[in-house]
Amino acid sequence: MKLLAIDSSGVVASVAVVDEDKVLAEYTINNKKTHSQTLLPMIDEIVKMLELDLEEIDAIAISEGPGSFTGLRIGSATAKGMGLALGKRIVEVPTVDALAWNVWPTSSLICPLMDARRQQTYTGLYKRKDNDIEVVKAQCVVKIEEIVEQINELGQEVIFLGDGVKVFKEYIKENVKVPFMFAPVSINEQRASSVACLGMKLIKEGKTCSASEHKPNYLRLSQAERERQQKVRDFKIC
Amino acid sequence: MEKEVKILAIESSCDETAAAVVVNGRDVRSNVISSQIDIHTLYGGVVPEIASRNHIERINQVIEQALKDANTTLDEIDAIGVTYGPGLVGALLVGVAEAKALAYAAHKPLVGVHHIEGHICANFIENKELEPPFLCLVVSGGHTHLVKVLDYGKYEILGKTRDDAAGEAFDKVARSIGLGYPGGPKIEKVSHEGNPKAIDFPRAKIVDGEYDFSFSGLKSAVLNYLNGCKMKNIEINQADVAASFQCAVTDVLVDHVRHAIDEYKMDKFAIAGGVASNGIIREALRELCKEKGVEFYHPSPIFCTDNAAMIGVAAYYEYINGKRDDLTLNAIPNLKLGER
Repeated sequence: MKLLAIDSSGVVASVAVVDEDKVLAEYTINNKKTHSQTLLPMIDEIVKMLELDLEEIDAIAISEGPGSFTGLRIGSATAKGMGLALGKRIVEVPTVDALAWNVWPTSSLICPLMDARRQQTYTGLYKRKDNDIEVVKAQCVVKIEEIVEQINELGQEVIFLGDGVKVFKEYIKENVKVPFMFAPVSINEQRASSVACLGMKLIKEGKTCSASEHKPNYLRLSQAERERQQKVRDFKIC
Repeated sequence: MEKEVKILAIESSCDETAAAVVVNGRDVRSNVISSQIDIHTLYGGVVPEIASRNHIERINQVIEQALKDANTTLDEIDAIGVTYGPGLVGALLVGVAEAKALAYAAHKPLVGVHHIEGHICANFIENKELEPPFLCLVVSGGHTHLVKVLDYGKYEILGKTRDDAAGEAFDKVARSIGLGYPGGPKIEKVSHEGNPKAIDFPRAKIVDGEYDFSFSGLKSAVLNYLNGCKMKNIEINQADVAASFQCAVTDVLVDHVRHAIDEYKMDKFAIAGGVASNGIIREALRELCKEKGVEFYHPSPIFCTDNAAMIGVAAYYEYINGKRDDLTLNAIPNLKLGER
């Protein structure tokens, strides 16, 4: 089984082609250029290098979110367009889960932190269980205080990673009461090979969708919707 | 017989997700539009993030439907056209990323299309005899341009709005008199019961740009009038305000077109854009053309508002002129008319 994997949820753009037992190619760019300009040229580059016929791909794994709304949509539209043209199915991979898959194997808790702005983080908690990663806390958007409190309650050693680390480093150093460490740079941010590996597992569990069914998982409403809900709530209280 | 050129076109610059199949630039085989208007009505106008979210959810279905309605498949398509600007950047990006992925995976040429050029080209769909050169007035929620169409893909901008687009003024005035969104059709509807001469709203003239427009002063004049009535406890006649405002917009548009016809001796005139579906404005311009002996063209309402058929027409002329875009094509929210 061969998967094309795409992650454009953060500043990093990453694409990979992964076979059952090896990463055939992975291309990650961390630059100012927009995903709209980089993503498809990157895919094209690895396809050429691999002399790959796109028809050979079995499915497309997409990092579904959370993350930058626009970034997620560029990745999604790329996956949907390719899925439509090639008649391939999509496997939606939770972005924070895929980040946890960067860190493996470890007996520590894994806590990816993505910068979600507005003093919040897209995060979750993960732990190795036998030959798999178990989700302790599913991906969510919370204040850094909330996730740190939960980590302290669990009382286990923890590894932090993600683009949120640099944002919350000082807070972590001051407030985390358990032994902790930060992941090395090489595995700190989104990698499409991890998206592919988790995607492979999800496919075996039968969790795929059609290209037209796929949509990003933002974990957050748009600002206009939030404000409207707030208004509706205020109105009900009055 | 000449080989058919079949274009699949995609449009997502604002709040309509649209796809169409157009053959040889004039023959629309399908025209699928998924409008989000009901969603945005809740917010009194288009919310960019919500528009983008709806585009990504619907775009594949819309494209598949367009291919199905045209009784064709992606294999039979010669090129893919897509709007890459101007418009809402997040919304544009959905269409651009989708079109690039389709073109890449299906090995089809990609042609980026200017949204306003698409609106102008909408006139070619039902007027098979229309060819450049002609004068064109593009009026929509985001744009107000008076343009000389010199040739396919060649434009000379005579004037454009300095502030609000005409359609934007319609939306704002409609909101202020309690008609809601979208303003254009709602104002037109109530205006039939009002007196267009009831209130004398200003017709802005731009000193250093004879063909430029300004609608923000008119909008403010309406708001001031409404405030004045409120202060003096005078009951507001919604229909009169709507009719008088619409009349002021119409007068300015007609006046500009009249001057351009006289100065440039154009014998053909076309209107385009969402506001071109306004019956009062259309008829006033038709009258003017009749008076001047100028041939008058306009698209049906379905091709006036945002659609992908018009993008397919524009893409065809770009395609036969040899324009191709590569995988780095990006959305350009403030793309200028005539820029490549």
